[in-house]
Amino acid sequence: MDFSDTPQEADYRARAQAFLDAHAIDLPSLSGTEDERLERQRKWQAIKAGNGFACITWAPEWGGAGGTALEAVIFREEEARRGVPDAFFGIGLGLCVPTIIRYATDAQKESLVARAVRGEQIWCQLFSEPAAGSDLAGVRARAVQDGDDWVINGQKVWTSGAHYADYGLIIARSDPDQPKHKGLTMFFVKMDSPGIEVRPIHQMSGGMEFNEVFFNDVRIPDEQRLGEVGEGWKVAIFALMNERVQGGKERGVPAAETIALARRTPTGDATLADDGSFRAAFADWYVRTRGVQLTRYRTLTAMSRGQTPGPEASIGKLVTAFELQEMSRLLVEAQGPYGLVDDPALSMLQAEVHHDLLHAPGIRIAGGTDEILRNIIAERVLGLPKGPQPDKGTAFSETR
Amino acid sequence: MNFDFSDDQEVLRSEARKFLDARCPPSRVRAILDDPGRGHDAELWQELAEQGWTALTIPEEHGGLGMSRTDLCVLAEELGRVLAPVPFASTVFVLAEALMLAGTEKQRERLADIATGECIGCLAVHEGPGEPSRAKVNARVENGLLTGVKEPVIDGMCATDALVWARDDNDVPRLYLVSLAHQGVSRTPLATLDPSRGISRIEFRNVPAEPIGEPELLDRLLDGAAVLLAFEQVGGADRALEQAVQFAKERTAFGREIGSYQAIKHKLADAYVNNQIARSNAYYGIWALDSDSAELPQAAAAARVAACQAMWYAARESIQTHGGIGFTWEADQHLFYRRALHLDMALGSPRVWRDRLFAALEMHGTEAA
Repeated sequence: MDFSDTPQEADYRARAQAFLDAHAIDLPSLSGTEDERLERQRKWQAIKAGNGFACITWAPEWGGAGGTALEAVIFREEEARRGVPDAFFGIGLGLCVPTIIRYATDAQKESLVARAVRGEQIWCQLFSEPAAGSDLAGVRARAVQDGDDWVINGQKVWTSGAHYADYGLIIARSDPDQPKHKGLTMFFVKMDSPGIEVRPIHQMSGGMEFNEVFFNDVRIPDEQRLGEVGEGWKVAIFALMNERVQGGKERGVPAAETIALARRTPTGDATLADDGSFRAAFADWYVRTRGVQLTRYRTLTAMSRGQTPGPEASIGKLVTAFELQEMSRLLVEAQGPYGLVDDPALSMLQAEVHHDLLHAPGIRIAGGTDEILRNIIAERVLGLPKGPQPDKGTAFSETR
Repeated sequence: MNFDFSDDQEVLRSEARKFLDARCPPSRVRAILDDPGRGHDAELWQELAEQGWTALTIPEEHGGLGMSRTDLCVLAEELGRVLAPVPFASTVFVLAEALMLAGTEKQRERLADIATGECIGCLAVHEGPGEPSRAKVNARVENGLLTGVKEPVIDGMCATDALVWARDDNDVPRLYLVSLAHQGVSRTPLATLDPSRGISRIEFRNVPAEPIGEPELLDRLLDGAAVLLAFEQVGGADRALEQAVQFAKERTAFGREIGSYQAIKHKLADAYVNNQIARSNAYYGIWALDSDSAELPQAAAAARVAACQAMWYAARESIQTHGGIGFTWEADQHLFYRRALHLDMALGSPRVWRDRLFAALEMHGTEAA
């Protein structure tokens, strides 16, 4: 059991630090409008790509550094330590572009991959629909072949970044007379294609990071099909399996800051840091949040030993999303009625807490709801039997 | 980054599991429960000693095997899985650790008797209901003679030697090493929630007591023991969950396996999550313990808080998953339930450890290496 960097890891960390320190002036931050942030992140992505720090685990032929997953995590840790957000490129480089590398033609890869790695082009993922969220295979967007093209009609939803993305990965139903998981086909589409309309979704948090995307007779050339006709589910699974092992900072207010806040918050004649119920709640939160971080180190250990990571890697989001919500509420409660004050000029920290509190419900839903994640753990990890699937084997057009 | 057991440790684990599967079936735990006067399984204890388990971390010059505490965790986890009814924690996690950390040369000679299984330890800190405090400890040593009452003392009946928390001549509470083979010691067994791990009341009247270590030794000892005990709890929590999963796959209701219902799935998924959280925190704990890190206080408290939570939830919900059959005396589920409660309270309750965790984080910071 050795928790610290191996000499090679320490070496890599030092190289990453040297690179980041040399480029301190180029590091993007969270400030500014979305357009401004996007512009800085694009520049930063290009600098990373030029220095072998973009897509670290990818093969050099795709613009990667041929590095290990652990190196990618170390780099991200060092980036996060300097406040660099992990924004804009995650879905493209984490999920869409690996699918392009696996399924697209050489010419397509030639024109698409390097530009995505350099941050010149951004990708979005067009999977979820109003009637297909947790039950993703229930997508209804239709793909009808017409000569050398496919014509897409339907609606996608919860598409992050659709309003600035250049390309999207879209799954659509090519044969409704097949059972749900068959009859799906995957494509990539240019987001400026005629017939695509992107409408922002006004979230409960007040923000507008997600979109609805409407497809009205959108034509996609057959050469932009990924995988065989009717094999879209398989391609979608491949795409979703590519989710990266996350590195770096946890979401939410750091533990040390929370303790400092508790120490300066009066409650009765003492401070919140002397309050038994606060101390206990904080301890429970710490153990679980830290536990997820430590579990990731177990996953990385397996990877660095050349083993397949164990199923413990599946617990991350389920725990962190819920704990973010609970801790944020606790921090509001900690301030008493003043916890309601929502003015960054009066308290930046409190504004961050409010931001987390209002985003947490979305995090518990996005990328697999708490309930779906529990099903996945129960079925794939513990081996419990699936529940009844009344639509199994039935033509999709016959199901409800 | 090498945050897992080594191949050698995995070999140790599979040997340990084979041994305990053969030598410590549930019937052996149950036998103590059915005859609560026994408090522990003396025969199993001797078998473990013969296997070298009590000698594992003891230095070779004292008849031990000189292996690491991380190796010891492997055994702890396996003992936890089978709910071994032996005074292993009291002897190996507490007494041996105290002797190795702070014993005088003379005191360390006792390690050889731990290696053979002859010497059994106990930790005598509590004095009745509630948690101990420096201000309130009554036991006292005057002119080398200990007087006071300690209860409950886990393994107090079978122990040969006790570590007793008492005031010194200057009124400072500290640990004393006390041989229990003295006429001034009177011991009374106390009925307990988990009779497979006996407890007792010990009264000391002018019993010779040698100070061991500085007054801070108790906290350091509790931290180390919390980490090692966390592995016992993780083992017990995993086994309790495995049994619940097995049952949920076999038992049918309303025409299908109960494990296909989300009410059961989600409960057991939560238990799995808890167990992983506990395991990861325990790994952090043993890393801190074995590397002598300044982070030990928070690592140990985190390991203990997570382990208590995991084993309690798994044991509790394993009974619930089993339904009526799980509530019977004959089913094994209550053995885990009882042991979870025992381990929750040993070394002080999770409430105290949550507080210790906060205090340690406040003092030492929150960022790991």
